[in-house]
Amino acid sequence: MISVYHYMILAAILFAIGTFGVLTRKNTIVIFMCIELMLNSVNLTFIALSRHLGNMDGQIFVFFVMTVAAAEAAVGLALIIAFYRNKESIDVDDFNLLKW
Amino acid sequence: MENLVQIAMANVNLQAIMPSLVLSCFGMVLLLVSVFLERGRTAPVAWLSIIGLIITGLVSIGAWNQPQAGFAGSVVLDNFATFFNITCLIAAGLTILMSDSYLHREGYPVGEYYPLILFTTAGAMWMASGTDLMTIFLGLEVLSVSLYVLAGFFRGQIRSNEAGLKYFFLGAFSTGFMLYGVALLYGVSGTTKVAGIAQAIAALPDAATNPMVIAGATLLSVGFLFKIGAAPFHMWTPDVYQGAPTPITAFMSAGPKAAAFAAFMRVTYISLDSLQTDMSALFWLLAVLTMTIGNFVAISQRDIKRMLAYSSISHAGYALVGMVAWNEIGFSGILFYMLVYTFMNIGAFAVLVLLGKKGEDNLTLDGVAGFGFKRPFLGVALCIFLFSLMGLPPTAGFTGKFFIFAGAIKAGYIWLAVIGVLNSAVSLYYYLRVMVYMYFRDPVEDYSWVKLEMATVVSILIAIAGVLILGVIPGPVMELAKLSVF
Repeated sequence: MISVYHYMILAAILFAIGTFGVLTRKNTIVIFMCIELMLNSVNLTFIALSRHLGNMDGQIFVFFVMTVAAAEAAVGLALIIAFYRNKESIDVDDFNLLKW
Repeated sequence: MENLVQIAMANVNLQAIMPSLVLSCFGMVLLLVSVFLERGRTAPVAWLSIIGLIITGLVSIGAWNQPQAGFAGSVVLDNFATFFNITCLIAAGLTILMSDSYLHREGYPVGEYYPLILFTTAGAMWMASGTDLMTIFLGLEVLSVSLYVLAGFFRGQIRSNEAGLKYFFLGAFSTGFMLYGVALLYGVSGTTKVAGIAQAIAALPDAATNPMVIAGATLLSVGFLFKIGAAPFHMWTPDVYQGAPTPITAFMSAGPKAAAFAAFMRVTYISLDSLQTDMSALFWLLAVLTMTIGNFVAISQRDIKRMLAYSSISHAGYALVGMVAWNEIGFSGILFYMLVYTFMNIGAFAVLVLLGKKGEDNLTLDGVAGFGFKRPFLGVALCIFLFSLMGLPPTAGFTGKFFIFAGAIKAGYIWLAVIGVLNSAVSLYYYLRVMVYMYFRDPVEDYSWVKLEMATVVSILIAIAGVLILGVIPGPVMELAKLSVF
């Protein structure tokens, strides 16, 4: 029988994979995908808990998170394109102008 | 079906969001206006947005002492929200005043800049008045997404691109943590309302050891600590502040930071009230860490913009001292300090805006050599702001710090106040060094490119007035801050 704990553990694993990816990957698009993975694991947590608690707040929250993630994607990809136009690269190692 | 009926009947009270509603409408109309203006003409948009800010300010002041709750209790317009609304509006107004000449100088006279500032401010207002983690989250995102664009606004400048991207990635990353915290707290309490979470946690027999409560509270705090730039989540601050357009740096360090403090305070003091001992201990550590890292790294900076970024980290640390205190003086101290910080920091950046050349606004210490004598007005203005940032009387920086540390002492955190004062002493070194370069080094340049732009000078004068008035007669505003604490 699959209980709410299984969903919570799955979401926690996905969140950890996302976090690990953000910290280790070099390609900005992949980092961005990892951030989306983190947000979706949060969505999964919300939905599982919402079902478990029998109240709708969590599911409404998920709609907001998805909307916001879409808006963030639009802005983030635009920023990546602007960076690419100037530097011909989307590698985080090339973010080297501002330091210490 | 029952749920649907409830949703349809939900109490929508537009009064409760009136200030941010007015501001967002102004922003949307101005987006259209800027389309119909000829290319390169942005001054009308700037003036219209100032008018929008003033109208919003009047609407906000009209709500003073008349708390309104709306949207089934997920938004409340109380004195606390109004105080922060006014702080954010002042920050936005001073920023817009100094922006127009700067945008023309840098070759980006684009009208969308001003509506974006208005949207950021509207998001900040939602954060300050949100009493549901959902509205706080939405406010935070409206604020952040607009700020990502503004930080990367100079599309052709690689420095600005890099600042925007770094802010975006770290901001989205921290949002993920914050949302996970919200999800866990929702799991514990079955609601996302700030007050509902408080009740649910208070009803738990083992709140302080319940793993879901602890993880939820910690992850939620990470999101806020990131936005206020507290150590150890401060790494983005110097890079983004240095790379972003200077007026945006000024704005970012004041308005959004104040809003993040507002939401952080509301969530911490209402929702997590039963965890007071643990949260206070955590804040104690973070406050000391933030002040010390900010001040000590600022010493080694030779770029003034970057130095002010580290100084902004340390000021977030001083404000955190007020959160540790967890009493009325500490809370109202934070409100007062955020207002003071808005004036002094934006003022300092306004002087730097005039000091910069096209394409190279990153001034090093050598770049201000002899500036004070060549340009007496700007030199004196910068000195006043730096004195205030140091916290010397009779400027507002002194009274602001005084109230915050008084709150800490009253709550029995003597050592924290001592560490805070010692940190202020350390900060004297790097602020005074700027003045030493300004007045005691021979000028290398003649500063002939520095023009006293009318609007920017107005913004500097307003900031000076704010710093001096709040420094000499802090009483009335401090009374207002006390009335604002919930």
